[in-house]
Amino acid sequence: MIRTAYQEQFIAFETIVRREIMRFLRIWTQTLLPPVITQTLYFVIFGKFIGSRIGDIQGVSYMAFIVPGLVMMAVINSAFSNVVSSFFSVKFQRSIEEVLVSPTSNVAIIAGYVMGGMIRGILVGWIVFIVSIFFTRPNVEHIGIILIFILLTALVFSLAGLTNAIFAKKFDDVSIFPTFVLTPLTYLGGVFYSIHSLPGFWQKVSLFNPVLYMVNGFRYGFYGFSDVSVISSIFFLIVLSGILIYANVYLLQKGTGIKS
Amino acid sequence: MTAIQITNLTKTYANGTQALKNINLQVEAGDFFALLGANGAGKTTLIGILTDLVKKTSGQVKISGCDIDHDFSKAKKFIGVVPQEINLNIFERVIDILITQAGYFGIPRQEAFGEAQMLLKRLGLWEKRMNVPRTLSGGMKRRLMIARALMHQPKVLFLDEPTAGVDVEIRHEMWQYLRELNAAGMTILLTTHYLEEVEQMCRNAAIIKGGEIIMCDSVKKLVAVMEREVYVVSVQQVKPSVVLEKYQPRVIDETTLEVELSRKDTLHDFVFHLAQAEMILTDIRPKGHRLEKLFLEVLNN
Repeated sequence: MIRTAYQEQFIAFETIVRREIMRFLRIWTQTLLPPVITQTLYFVIFGKFIGSRIGDIQGVSYMAFIVPGLVMMAVINSAFSNVVSSFFSVKFQRSIEEVLVSPTSNVAIIAGYVMGGMIRGILVGWIVFIVSIFFTRPNVEHIGIILIFILLTALVFSLAGLTNAIFAKKFDDVSIFPTFVLTPLTYLGGVFYSIHSLPGFWQKVSLFNPVLYMVNGFRYGFYGFSDVSVISSIFFLIVLSGILIYANVYLLQKGTGIKS
Repeated sequence: MTAIQITNLTKTYANGTQALKNINLQVEAGDFFALLGANGAGKTTLIGILTDLVKKTSGQVKISGCDIDHDFSKAKKFIGVVPQEINLNIFERVIDILITQAGYFGIPRQEAFGEAQMLLKRLGLWEKRMNVPRTLSGGMKRRLMIARALMHQPKVLFLDEPTAGVDVEIRHEMWQYLRELNAAGMTILLTTHYLEEVEQMCRNAAIIKGGEIIMCDSVKKLVAVMEREVYVVSVQQVKPSVVLEKYQPRVIDETTLEVELSRKDTLHDFVFHLAQAEMILTDIRPKGHRLEKLFLEVLNN
């Protein structure tokens, strides 16, 4: 059967996505379970035990306030770590050569891995959200905004995971960014507090944290309030995605870390 | 029709190592071609460039008439590659590895399954289809890599030391299979250390040294370049003889001699002199490794 080049690239893309899904489902105890356990502990400790002493924030209970942030945190970590570990592992085993010797385009490779990361991120986020229902009843104000933010956030961090994996030369390099950049950014990204509760200087510093825009935009979808402008947040995430897509295409085209 | 056309190809790595220096090489469609060279001569770099794993510094490469600079995607459809190092995904099942590989070439799963089944059966891996590569023996992994390279029915097959570390029986099975593929019209280019492999299977060969092709000809002609040839001579009983002294025979045991004959010495004369020395000839054969000798001579100038 004769297929067009476009159809062939789509089959290659599908093949990568399928491989990625099979991979994280096969090792679900490492990929799906841990974030759910961690986030449940946050619900119990911060939401239930400590939250009951904090009181409401902008009219919602502390438990309900932290739900969007905790879901987003799970999406960010899962999307990022799926792509970084999967891509680095095929690079390390050199099985990446399977796709490099094939006609699969760099765009299809990027799209396939990123889609795999997004699916895992959103799936984990969904499970965490389901768990949150056992603790509180999160209100859903704008479902469209929720979907836009979850998709864009999963996209940005899947792309960032790929960039990290392209540059990584050893296993340590895979954990440097999550430990020293990603974790501080998420903890300081307004998951557990509103930046209005910070002194003026730190409020301004917080505005440089991209995670703040993701968490707040996402929270806006639930409760209709945000520390930052939702439209600017969407715009910012689209620009960030564009930059990361361009960077990844450029790096693969150049063969950084994979071709000598 | 030319399967591989390489013109003025060079490769200099980032650290300054010049791995390939102005390589010119042409492999005709349907050929069984060997690339010989010591470790680090540039064989793997050359295969790497032909398969898009290494970026060339300059020069032109055409595969089945398709220039890799203009349309590598199209050229890649003509190529299958079996690398030197095992590069299988250790977590994936044998059958999934093959179907995934076909997917990268734009072949849907249902279509790929039939091809995978045929290849796995032919290469004796069908029983292992649900296994992951780490449970396979070295020979099985090699055969799996051959199956993977053939999933999209390429016209040209590159094998980078395919039989390294494979036992004799499996090596001979693999040779047989490669001969079948070649007889069916597939162009095969292999790099190897086993010169016996080249003498047995290949029609043409090039010797590469320090990133340069220093000899390229038919295997027959390359062997014929040899000025001298060592023969193993079996007789009923080795006896001391003055007539044979000019051949300086080496006595191996009481029934075996080794003699090195130059092109001037005809085998006829030698056998005649052997009869004069009253030794009854039971067997005579070239010692083999002719190519190996040539190879070492060429490499050592």
